[in-house]
Amino acid sequence: MLAVPSLIGVIVVAFVLTRSLPGDPAVYFAGITADEESIAQIREQLGLDKSIFHQFIVYCKNLTQGNLGVSLNTGQSVASELSARFPASLELTLTGLALALMAAIPLGILAAVNPNTWIDHLCRIFVTAGASTPIFFSGLLLVFVFYYLLGWAPSPIGRLDFFYLSPPKVTGFYTIDAMINGDFETAAAAAKQLILPAITLAIFALAPIARMTRSAMLTAMGSEYVKAATANGIDRRKIIFVYALRNAMLPLLTIMGLVFSYLLGANVLVEKVFSWPGIGSFAVDALVASDFAAVQGFILVMAVMFVVLNLVIDILYTLVDPRVSIDG
Amino acid sequence: MKHHIFRTAWAGILALSVCATLSSNVIAASREDTLVIVSGASVNSMDIMRVGTNRPSYQVAVNMYDRLVSFGIRSEGNGGYRYDSTVINPELATSWELVDDGTAYLFNLREDATFWDGSRVTAADVKWSFDRAVTLGGFPGVQMSAGGMNSVDQFEVVDELTFKVKMTSSNKLTLPDLAVPVPIVINSKVALANATAEDPWATEYLHKTPAGGGAYMLERWEPGEQLVYTRFDNWKNGPLPAIKRVIVREVPNSSTRRALVEKGDADVALGLPNKDSKELSEADKLTVVSTTIDNSMHAVGLNMNFEPFKNVKVRQAVAFAMPYQKIFDTAAYGLGAKMWGGASTSPTTTVWPQPFPYDTNIQKAKSLMAEAGYADGFEVPLSIDLSFAEWTEPTAILMQESLGKIGIKTTINKIPGASWRTKALVEKGLELHLKNFGGWLNYVDYYFYWVYQKGHLFNSMNYMNPEVEQLVDVTLPMAVEDPRYEKNIKRLMEIGFNDVPLIPIWQPTLEVAMAPGVEGFVNWFHRQLDIRSFTKK
Amino acid sequence: MGDLLLNKKVVRNTDTKLDPELSQHSQNSATPEQHDWRQQTWYILSQNPISMFSIVLFLIFILVGITGPFWVPFDPIASDTSIALQAPSFLHLFGTDHLGRDVFSRVVVATRLDLWIALSAVSISALVGTSLGCLAGYFGGWYDRIIGRIADTILAFPLFVLAMGIVAVLGNSLTNVIYATALINIPFFIRVARAEVTIQRNHQYVQAALLSGNTHLRTLVFHIFPNCLPALMVQMSLNMGWAILNAAGLSFIGLGVRPPVAEWGIMVAEGANYIISGEWWLVLFPGLILMLAVFCFNLLGDALRDLVDPQKRT
Repeated sequence: MLAVPSLIGVIVVAFVLTRSLPGDPAVYFAGITADEESIAQIREQLGLDKSIFHQFIVYCKNLTQGNLGVSLNTGQSVASELSARFPASLELTLTGLALALMAAIPLGILAAVNPNTWIDHLCRIFVTAGASTPIFFSGLLLVFVFYYLLGWAPSPIGRLDFFYLSPPKVTGFYTIDAMINGDFETAAAAAKQLILPAITLAIFALAPIARMTRSAMLTAMGSEYVKAATANGIDRRKIIFVYALRNAMLPLLTIMGLVFSYLLGANVLVEKVFSWPGIGSFAVDALVASDFAAVQGFILVMAVMFVVLNLVIDILYTLVDPRVSIDG
Repeated sequence: MKHHIFRTAWAGILALSVCATLSSNVIAASREDTLVIVSGASVNSMDIMRVGTNRPSYQVAVNMYDRLVSFGIRSEGNGGYRYDSTVINPELATSWELVDDGTAYLFNLREDATFWDGSRVTAADVKWSFDRAVTLGGFPGVQMSAGGMNSVDQFEVVDELTFKVKMTSSNKLTLPDLAVPVPIVINSKVALANATAEDPWATEYLHKTPAGGGAYMLERWEPGEQLVYTRFDNWKNGPLPAIKRVIVREVPNSSTRRALVEKGDADVALGLPNKDSKELSEADKLTVVSTTIDNSMHAVGLNMNFEPFKNVKVRQAVAFAMPYQKIFDTAAYGLGAKMWGGASTSPTTTVWPQPFPYDTNIQKAKSLMAEAGYADGFEVPLSIDLSFAEWTEPTAILMQESLGKIGIKTTINKIPGASWRTKALVEKGLELHLKNFGGWLNYVDYYFYWVYQKGHLFNSMNYMNPEVEQLVDVTLPMAVEDPRYEKNIKRLMEIGFNDVPLIPIWQPTLEVAMAPGVEGFVNWFHRQLDIRSFTKK
Repeated sequence: MGDLLLNKKVVRNTDTKLDPELSQHSQNSATPEQHDWRQQTWYILSQNPISMFSIVLFLIFILVGITGPFWVPFDPIASDTSIALQAPSFLHLFGTDHLGRDVFSRVVVATRLDLWIALSAVSISALVGTSLGCLAGYFGGWYDRIIGRIADTILAFPLFVLAMGIVAVLGNSLTNVIYATALINIPFFIRVARAEVTIQRNHQYVQAALLSGNTHLRTLVFHIFPNCLPALMVQMSLNMGWAILNAAGLSFIGLGVRPPVAEWGIMVAEGANYIISGEWWLVLFPGLILMLAVFCFNLLGDALRDLVDPQKRT
C-alpha cells in the first residue's frame, strides 16, 4: 500500500512529461504531404484539440478500465503491444541476471574467503571494470567479435533467427514456450539469440552482486555461529557453502531487486544494439515520435513492475530467512 | 522420494524431445523459395489509408493490393530496375480511355481478376475503395487531391467491370496519381462485413487484416519484428512473382544489416549507408544497386524570415561558400548526382533535378557578402534532422567550417525526427537547415508546387515569389506535350537558380545490397519495397 | 572509529566553546591527531594498491582535462576529408574519423567536457538531494514522508528513459543533459543524506548545539551536515562514474552533445557504424577511455569509502 502514492505520482509525472514532448503528433501522423486541414482532422481524431485537463481526465478514465490507448507509432493498442514485448525484455533481463548471479556469487565468495589478497583485488577490478563499461560499447564489441569475426554467435536480429517461427504463446518466454510446445530446436535457437545480449547485461550487473556477496560473506564468516562451527571442526567447505552462504543470501536478495530494475532500464540500450523487440526499444521509438500513449504505458508498466518486484523480494526474504527453517 | 520425482521429470523431458523432432516449428520450406529481406524501417499498419500509417507500411499497399494502373519498369543494367514515370501500364484495369472531352477516364477491369478469397474484383469494389481514400482525410485525401480527385461524386460505377473517374477539368496528374500506392482496390465485401456504425470504413479491421487481391498475401505480421508474405498463386494482374515467400525482417542497425547480407544470412539489405554500399560494391561479392531517387534533392534551406537571408546576395554567397565536393565525398561517399557546378544561370534542358550554377568560391562569396552589407558576417543556427544524421551531420559540420570563412558563424542544432516536422515544415521557423524533398510525381512543376509555393508544407524557407505562384498554378494541370510547358518549367528552374532560397547539394540514391543470384530491386518513387519483381537463383 | 574521529574534528572547527571536554581534547592533541589521520590514510592506501592506482588515474584525468586542449597534436574539430578513416599510425595514434579528424586529439579534448558534464550534474544533484535528505532526516514526519515519496517516484521510473524523456522535453542541449542526469541522481543523495542525518541526529553534540542556542536549521547546516560530508563524498564519486555513463548513453542515442564537439559517447555512437567495415578504432579508443574514466571514479569511490569507513567496505 505504501507504493500507492508513488504510483499516483508516476501517473501524473508520466502524463505531464509526455504531453510536454516537443513535436506535434498530429503533424507527424498526418504524413508527409499533409495540409493544415488534414492535420486539424487528425488532431481532432486524436482528441488533441481538447484542453490538457480534459485529456488527463480521459486518460485516467481509460486507465481505470485497463485501456492504455493506442500507440500512434506502431498502430497497435499499447496494452497488447506491451504484453507482447514485455516477456521479451523480461526473458532477456532474467537470463542476464541469472548469468550475473552464476558468475558473481562465486567471485564474491572467492574474494570473501581470501580477503585483501591479490585474488580479492583482482575480483574487485574485474567486476568494477564490468560495471564501468558502457553497455552499448560492450554490446557492440561482443557482436563484432563473436558474430562478425568468429561467427560463433547467431546474427543479432532479435529473439529468433529468420527461419524459425515464434512458438505459441504461453509464458511469452520463447525458450520456455518452445519447450512446452515440445519444439527443442526452436528453444535452442531462441536460447542462442539470448546469449550475447544476456552476457552484455550480466557484465554490467556483476559488480553489485559480487560485492554484496563478498561483504555479506565476510560478515557471516565473522559471526559467532561460524566461529562455533569452525571450533567444532566442521569441514571448511561446508562452513562456507552451507552456513555462511545461506546467511549471506539475505542482503543479497535486497540488492537483487535493485539490480533487476536497473537491468530493466539498461535494456533500452542493449535492445537497441541487438534489435531485441522488447519494451525498451519500444519506449525509445515512442519517445522519438512523441507517441504519448506508448510512453505513458511504458512508464506505468515499469512502475508497477517495481512495486511488484519489491513485494516479491519481501516474500522471498521471509522464505530465505534462516529463522524459517527449511530442514523441517 | 526426491529421486523418484527427478526420474519422472527426466522421462518427461526425454519424451518431449522425441516429439520435438516431429513437430519442429522450423519452416520446412527451403531457402530457395524464400527471400529474406532486412530493412531498417518498421511497418505499423496494413492499411495505407489509416491515420498514422507510416511510410514503410506503404509496401503493404504495393505488394498486397492492386491499383488500376501502374508505372512501367525498366532495367538499369546493374541488377536493379527503376520505375518509368513516362509509361503507364495496366494493372487491374486492362485498358482505359479519355472520354467526355478529356475530362473523364473510363477504365475496363480485368475479367478474371479475383481477391484472395476468390471473389471477383468489381467496379463497386473500386468505387468503395476510392470513396474511402477521399473520405477518410489525412494523407490519402491529400494525395488523391494532388491528382484532382476530391469527392466521391467523381467516381462512378458504369457496370460491373467498367469504372469512371471524372475530373473537374483535364489534368495531367490524374492518371499517374492512380498509379501511386494510395488508390488501392480493397475487397469491399470483406471490409463491409467487418465495418461498424462508428467505423463505416472498417479502419480497425483493415489496419490489422489486409483484404485485397494483390500478388502477395499476409502470412504473419509481428509488429516491430517482421512481416512475412506468401504468394497469391491466382494473381492475374501481372506476371506471377518468382518468389513464393518473403520475410521482411526489421533490423534497425545498418551495420547489422550489412553484416547479415555480407555473411549470407539475408538475401537483400535495404537502406544501407552510402559508405557500406560503396565498400560492398568495391568488394564485388554482392550485387549492389545504387540508383538516384527521382525528383529529390538533399539541399540547404534558407529561411526568408531571417533578416540576412532576405537579401538574395547573401543567399548566393552561402551557395558559393558551400564545400560541395567535400560534402559529396564525405556525406554521400560519392554516390548520387552532383547538384552544383551548372554551366549557365538559365537552364538549357528540362532535365530535373539538374546542377545549379554554383561552385565553391570563397572569394566570390565574400564579395557578395560585402555587397550585401554583411562583410562582418552574422550568426545563425544550422538545424538538422536527427533521423537523417547520417548525411545531415557530416554535411553540417563541413558547412559550419566553410561558412565560418565568410563570417557566418553557425551553431549546429540537432532536432529529433518528431519535432522536425513541426519546427521545420509547419512552423517554418528554422533559419538555416538541411532538408530533403522527393516528389512522388516526377514533374518539375510538382516539385515547385510543394517546395517553392507560399504556405506549402515543404516550403520551409517561407519563399514567396508572385511569378512562381502564378507559373505553378498554370503549369500544374498542363499536359507535358503543351508547347508552353517547357518554357514554363525552364523559367521556374531559372528562378530557382538565381533566387536560391534552396541550395541543392546532391541528388540522393537508394542503396541496396543483394546476395549473389538475387535480382529485381525496383527503385520506386515512393522508395518503398516492391517484392513482386525479385528473382533468386 | 573513523566516524568518531571525523565528528570530533568538525565540531572543533566550528564551535570549540561548546563542549569543554571535547575542545580541550582537540586543542591538546591537534597535531598528533592530524598526524594520525595522515598515517591512517597512508596505511589504507598502502594496504590497497587499487586505491592508489585509482587516485593516480584520477589525477591524470584531471590533468588531461585541464591541459589537454593545449598540447593535443591536431585541432580536434578541423576536418580534412583527404585523410578520412585512416588506421592508427605514428602520426595519428588513434587513427582518424570519417571527417579526417584526429581521434586521439578528440579523445583527449573530450576529457574536459565529459568530466564537466559529470561534475556539474553530480554537484547539482548532491546539492538538491542532500538538502532534501537532510530536511527529511532531521525533521522527519511530513518532511520525511513527502521527500521520501519524491525519491521513490523518481526511482520508480526507468531512470535512463526518464533522462531521455527530460532531454526530449526540455530540448536537445548539453545543459539539459546535465539537468536530466542531475535529476536521476537526486534520489541517491536524498537517501544517503537522510540516513546519515538520522544517525547523527541522536549524537550528543547535536544536543549540545541546540542547548547552546542554535536554531534547528543552524544546527543542521553547521553541525550535522559537515559530519555527513564523508559519506556524501563517497556517493558523489560513485555517481560521477554513473553520470558519465548516463551522459554517454544519451549521446549514443543521439541526444545531448552537438556536433562537432568531441565527447566520448557520441564518438562511440558515430564509430558504431564503422565497426563492421573494419574501422574499429573509431569505437575502441573513445570507448576504452570512457570505460577507464568510469572505472577510475568507481575505484575512487571505493578508496574514499575505505578512508571514511573501512567497516563498510564490500
